Amino acid sequence: MAEVQLNINGQPHQADVESRLLLVHFIREVANLTGTHIGCDSTSCGACTVLVDGLPAKSCTLFAVQVNGADISTVEGLEQDGQLHPIQEGFFEEHGLQCGFCTPGMMMAGVALLERNANPSEADVRHAISGNLCRCTGYVNIVKAIQYAGAKMRGELPERAAKEVA
Amino acid sequence: MAVAIQGMGHSVKRKEDPRFLRGRGNYIDDLKLPGMLYMDILRSPYAHAIIKSIDASRALTLPGVLAVITGKDLDAAGLAWMPTLMSDKQMVLPVDRVVYQAQEVAAVIATERYIAADGITLIDVDYEPLPVVVDPKKALEPGATLVRPDREQKDNHIWHWEAGDKTATDQSFQEAAVVAKEDIYLPRIHVSSIETCGCVASFDKMAGKLTIWMTTQAPHAIRTVFSLVSKIPEHNIRVISPDIGGGFGGKVPVYPGYVIATVASITTGKPVKWIEDRSENLQADSFARDYHMTAELAATADGKMKALRIKTIADHGAFDAAANPSKFPAGLFSICTGSYDIPAAHMEVDGVYTNKPPGGIAYRCSFRVTEAVHAIERMVDSLALKLNMDPAALRLKNFIPPESFPYKSATGWEYDSGNYPAALHKAMDTIGYADLRREQAEKRARGELMGIGISTFTEIVGAGPSHTFDILGIKMFDSCEIRVHPTGSAIVRIGVQTQGQGHETTFAQIVAEELGLPVENITVEHGDTDTAPYGLGTYASRSTATAGAAAAMAARKIREKARLLAAHLLEASPDDLEWKDYQFQVKGDPARAKTMADIAFAAYTNHPQGMEAGLEAVNYYDPPNLTFPFGSYICVVDIDRGTGEVKIRRFVAIDDCGNIINPMIVDGQIHGGLTMGMAPALLEEISYDEAGNMRQSTFMDYLLPTAMETPAWELDKTCTPSPHHPFGAKGVGESATVGAPPAIVNAVVDALSHVGVSHIDIPITPWKVYAILEAHGLAAP
Repeated sequence: MAEVQLNINGQPHQADVESRLLLVHFIREVANLTGTHIGCDSTSCGACTVLVDGLPAKSCTLFAVQVNGADISTVEGLEQDGQLHPIQEGFFEEHGLQCGFCTPGMMMAGVALLERNANPSEADVRHAISGNLCRCTGYVNIVKAIQYAGAKMRGELPERAAKEVA
Repeated sequence: MAVAIQGMGHSVKRKEDPRFLRGRGNYIDDLKLPGMLYMDILRSPYAHAIIKSIDASRALTLPGVLAVITGKDLDAAGLAWMPTLMSDKQMVLPVDRVVYQAQEVAAVIATERYIAADGITLIDVDYEPLPVVVDPKKALEPGATLVRPDREQKDNHIWHWEAGDKTATDQSFQEAAVVAKEDIYLPRIHVSSIETCGCVASFDKMAGKLTIWMTTQAPHAIRTVFSLVSKIPEHNIRVISPDIGGGFGGKVPVYPGYVIATVASITTGKPVKWIEDRSENLQADSFARDYHMTAELAATADGKMKALRIKTIADHGAFDAAANPSKFPAGLFSICTGSYDIPAAHMEVDGVYTNKPPGGIAYRCSFRVTEAVHAIERMVDSLALKLNMDPAALRLKNFIPPESFPYKSATGWEYDSGNYPAALHKAMDTIGYADLRREQAEKRARGELMGIGISTFTEIVGAGPSHTFDILGIKMFDSCEIRVHPTGSAIVRIGVQTQGQGHETTFAQIVAEELGLPVENITVEHGDTDTAPYGLGTYASRSTATAGAAAAMAARKIREKARLLAAHLLEASPDDLEWKDYQFQVKGDPARAKTMADIAFAAYTNHPQGMEAGLEAVNYYDPPNLTFPFGSYICVVDIDRGTGEVKIRRFVAIDDCGNIINPMIVDGQIHGGLTMGMAPALLEEISYDEAGNMRQSTFMDYLLPTAMETPAWELDKTCTPSPHHPFGAKGVGESATVGAPPAIVNAVVDALSHVGVSHIDIPITPWKVYAILEAHGLAAP
């Protein structure tokens, strides 16, 4: 057993865990944040993508002890003060999700891209999400959603009425 | 204007999105119940073996392991086998033998997920390996290894199925001027929804009630099957489909894990969770395709099609656990005359057992329609090559003419409506077909390889008319119940089950359109058998065609009662009222009108004496016919002579699914469908070595398309409403998966046809193309 402390979405979470406990299970079952999903167990599908100290990482193949002390960002931390993050608004506006299972990981990969490239081309977006599999959307609207978020973050889109996104 | 209705034809943003966007979906693995136990499953390393013994003693000494369940335990309760949907039976856990690799052998129940996983490594199984048969053609040879000694019939043949007129077809072939013939293999593929399968079974001993949260596309049918098998009365079984992370057909079957977890919960009195990992999902859950076809198309010398003949060996694995309507062991394969007016057709399919996991389920397609479309669309191009005719011209010459609908096909289907030339012309205009052919000729002269492929497919969906379609005797109707509340909002419950299709939005739109209530005031619920009306579930593009129709019909029942209420409120005769602009108004005096909100309030506060209070209705819709969506797809590929890589340069998809509820959602369905059509055409294949070892057991080897390979699809529509559907819709979820593969294959073959290539089996991998380039001296040095 090892003591692990993670700062998830700004909240400290501390637990004695087996050293083999996967980060994704710490997030889902210790911190009870079930928005981060598991799709492949082999770093292939990206459903478990979270940000570790600001960089995207696949939490299904990291042990929680490996990232002890890190800042972790998950889908639950995107919304701030009742205001959707631009990436969430983009996925809603552009129909970037269907079953919703890959969506949290896909949005975190999108957020990481926009952190380093505020105005990504279609090719940039496709490359950035190439480690995230979606079986429903054919990626077309996911690309648009991430570009929408970029435009929103650059101030090129108007503020939306809060009621339009429930 | 008050709040917008946003009924039919509006790109309403989805009502289900807010929870998904916040990570607050409720998928199966998110469920946590007090005292919940975890189950893990030990699987067979061998494709065929006798189980000499199973020793669980080491596992049972591990702290946290509460039980190990084996086939012998289940056998004592009469549950070692379960019926399949296809009149076969399937092992839940084996008593004495395993018949495919990764078959369930034993289950461990433990207090924690990781302990359950540890537990299965401590079970000692003594296997005696047996000879393995993985090739269905070899499985049919005399003396072949017997996959199913439990059957009375001592060979590997399951069933023989035929459709069409053999005599007339053979006669046409004898007289034909030109015959094209190809051997076409559609390999095994796996739907691989990003969420795997799983369940939480919770048996309440005190109430005698079993609740199962399950990744299922068909909760009501599952409840009935569970009741019949377990003898638990059906009212004491509640099946709940929570949010489902993609289905595509893979969540229709009943997998052994669901049954074992249920037994474990009944035995322990605690809730038991079972979640597959990806390798289990890829290796053991049901597969699609695995069709070995020999197809022939006969025509006159000037290209008029006369007859189609197809013989197929269908590899169903070790159990016939396909999910086809009961009377259709080969699904709707007899739709294979496609969009063409072919006077004679005959097809035969033989189902075969092999030492592979169960096959024959769908991969985002209505029962075996992808196989049918692949066969005919490939054969049309093969015939065009023989005739030295342009494949578009050959199609236009042979299309079922728009004026001959409803059209009766040679295999007996009555196509509801269609306009195939319009769709093809639109596709050709959009992509610039004539210019592309010129460009191809110029490139070919320079030694560059580009190809143009067409697929003008017809689907058959919306099963189905109950006179023909049932599953285990349950007729394939579907249902909707609507309750309008006093203040003019409503709850809609449906018998189908969304897995990403957006039913919470589209069904609200249907009801909004019919009742004149705003979409935002309508809640849609589904997936809970204790509350939703009975239905057969969502697969085979049937939801809009069946439950969508039921929603409209239930709403129309409500509207008829609303007319009487409006007449009462307006002190007018019901016959003097008309439904216009989403309200009942007095004919010729539109100022005297009542909205549905006014009427709903009256239904609970001011209804006339003698009339029942309330405003609700239920409808079980039995469609009079299937629906026949169609489309014209054109694909342009460039082939890299150095690597054999096929690059899709453009792909234009013209779809016709009749009237559209939500254009945004329809386009999303087509984007996804096209990508799942490209996947098997270029990337995905499940294969086995001679010992029955599956070669693609992780996403490292089974290649789902990423955003990098997937092109920017170009979409457009034509609209030919279904004449028999209440609002003219046909269904769209699977059209693109069905229609896209032959467009891609036809494009690659077209790029290589000048050196004599007439067919390539999918997936068209770079090495497969490079081998062709090398053989014909086309490979770049």
